[in-house]
Amino acid sequence: MLELKDINKTFNKGTVNEKVLFSDFNLQIPKGQFVCVVGSNGSGKTTLLNVVSGDMFVDSGKVFVDGEDFTNLKNFVRAKKIARVFQNPAMGTCPSMTIIENLSIADNKLRPFNLTKGLNTKRRDFYKTTLQQLGLGLENRLDTKVATLSGGQRQALALIMATLVTPDLLLLDEHTAALDPKSSDIVMELTQKIIEEKKITTLMVTHNLRYATQYGNRCIMMHEGTAVLDVCDMEKKNQSIDDLLKIFNEISIECGN
Amino acid sequence: MLGIITGIIEQGLIFGIVALGINISYRILNFPDLSVDGTFPLGAAVTSALILLGVNPWICLLASFFAGVLAGALTGVLNVHLRIKDLLSGILMMTALYSVNYRVVGAPNKFLMGETTIFTTAGRFLPASFLPYAPLLVILLITIVAKLVLDWYLRTKSGFLLKSVGDNEGLVVALAQNPGKIKIIGLAIANGLVALAGSVNCQRIVQFDISSGVGTMVMGLAAVIIGTTVLKKLSFFNLTTKVIIGMIIYKACITIAIASGLQSSDMNFIITVLFVVTLVSNDMLAGRRKERA
Ligand SMILES: Nc1ncnc2c1ncn2[C@@H]1O[C@H](COP(=O)(O)OP(=O)(O)OP(=O)(O)O)[C@@H](O)[C@H]1O
Ligand SMILES: [Mg+2]
Repeated sequence: MLELKDINKTFNKGTVNEKVLFSDFNLQIPKGQFVCVVGSNGSGKTTLLNVVSGDMFVDSGKVFVDGEDFTNLKNFVRAKKIARVFQNPAMGTCPSMTIIENLSIADNKLRPFNLTKGLNTKRRDFYKTTLQQLGLGLENRLDTKVATLSGGQRQALALIMATLVTPDLLLLDEHTAALDPKSSDIVMELTQKIIEEKKITTLMVTHNLRYATQYGNRCIMMHEGTAVLDVCDMEKKNQSIDDLLKIFNEISIECGN
Repeated sequence: MLGIITGIIEQGLIFGIVALGINISYRILNFPDLSVDGTFPLGAAVTSALILLGVNPWICLLASFFAGVLAGALTGVLNVHLRIKDLLSGILMMTALYSVNYRVVGAPNKFLMGETTIFTTAGRFLPASFLPYAPLLVILLITIVAKLVLDWYLRTKSGFLLKSVGDNEGLVVALAQNPGKIKIIGLAIANGLVALAGSVNCQRIVQFDISSGVGTMVMGLAAVIIGTTVLKKLSFFNLTTKVIIGMIIYKACITIAIASGLQSSDMNFIITVLFVVTLVSNDMLAGRRKERA
């Protein structure tokens, strides 16, 4: 499904601030896999997602999605297959438009944005039932501006919008990090439910080790641009938070901090 | 007195179309587009040239609109594809349009006395007692049509994208749409409206003046700010109506200022001061620390 081949990425090349992040980095994710990515700050998790989504280009190497060469495609072209939810709840929705307007545009992805009516009133009931499942009361606020929603509500909406038209690949970058523990759990449960229902291949970055052990069927730990740990299925099931923490600490000690 | 009031409303409605354009470029797209200072006289230039060639004045409105669309799209291309900063793209387009406008008309100003305009043609259909108000009615009609068409567009799928690109460009990318393309479309529509206003104004004052565009952007912006802040509470008007009313209020203020002894050349200074005061007080009221205009 997703294949990164010999990725090289250096920031500020040729200056004193030169930072080699990825050198010959490789990663393969088969269809339907739900991968959790953990790792310390600055280990390259966001950059990894940026390289996949096309928000950042690689110095050399190849990015394949579904066997198609994505390496030189712009981000909005890649978006035909890839959806993304960011840490910042503001990034996935349009605040000056209402909930139903937001859902309508998300629903129209991959179809032409022409001069026909923007509001999808025919699907109003469907949107209502979809929002109802969240239990956040959003189903009664279809006509309110998204700007008035809380961070958790906006993030739940952003997640629904990102997956309304099923993407082939879903990228989640600490998408629960800005939320309080309860909203965070609600959004994470919703994530799991959507991914399972729609069978979406997913790459989820998280700092929450509980989520990393509890969700998904593969776990990768990043450190300085390399995957220092990569466990699948059964092996991952047996991994506890403490195990992960231990590895985390070992790496830190090796680096002398 | 009545004459003064009709004059204010006429001017307010004509420039209200400018405000509709600035509403798109500045408020929706967050793009301080100075090319409007060139597209307003562009509309006038295209209109004078065509009217002198004997073209139907109503067709001139359309031609001006499309000339503005083209210029606006070019500003967008400068910004999006050539990566020139927004403010500079507009300034470059405005500068280039000065030469274009001169070329189109062949002179820095031109009188259209005695030529057929939308106002003379409309006069023929009205009963004699309405004649003094013919210009006002024609302008009202054009402004309302422009407003309604824009309202309709902003409710279409394409219009939804336009609204989201200024708000959250990332969302447009996520929808697999090219945000640059939408920006260009937005600027094209904005400048099309401004050139349309230029055409109406030129036919109303029966003259083309190459420097008539100076201050268009700031004036339009003032009206948008009046419309979105002073009239914020009037929830039964939608935003496009509010910016048009904002322009009428603006024109009324200017008329009063001139009546109280100021010269019209003092206006640019007054506008700028008023403008800064509105922006700053507005920010303080909203408690925002965001970058100002
Ligand atoms: N645009 C950039 N210019 C220069 N350096 C960058 C840039 N983007 C990322 N980096 C560097 O690359 C490294 C990895 O950054 P990245 O954002 O991918 O980390 P991360 O794993 O997402 O961290 P966090 O957990 O804090 O989100 C960091 O050292 C960062 O300073
Ligand atoms: Mg990050």
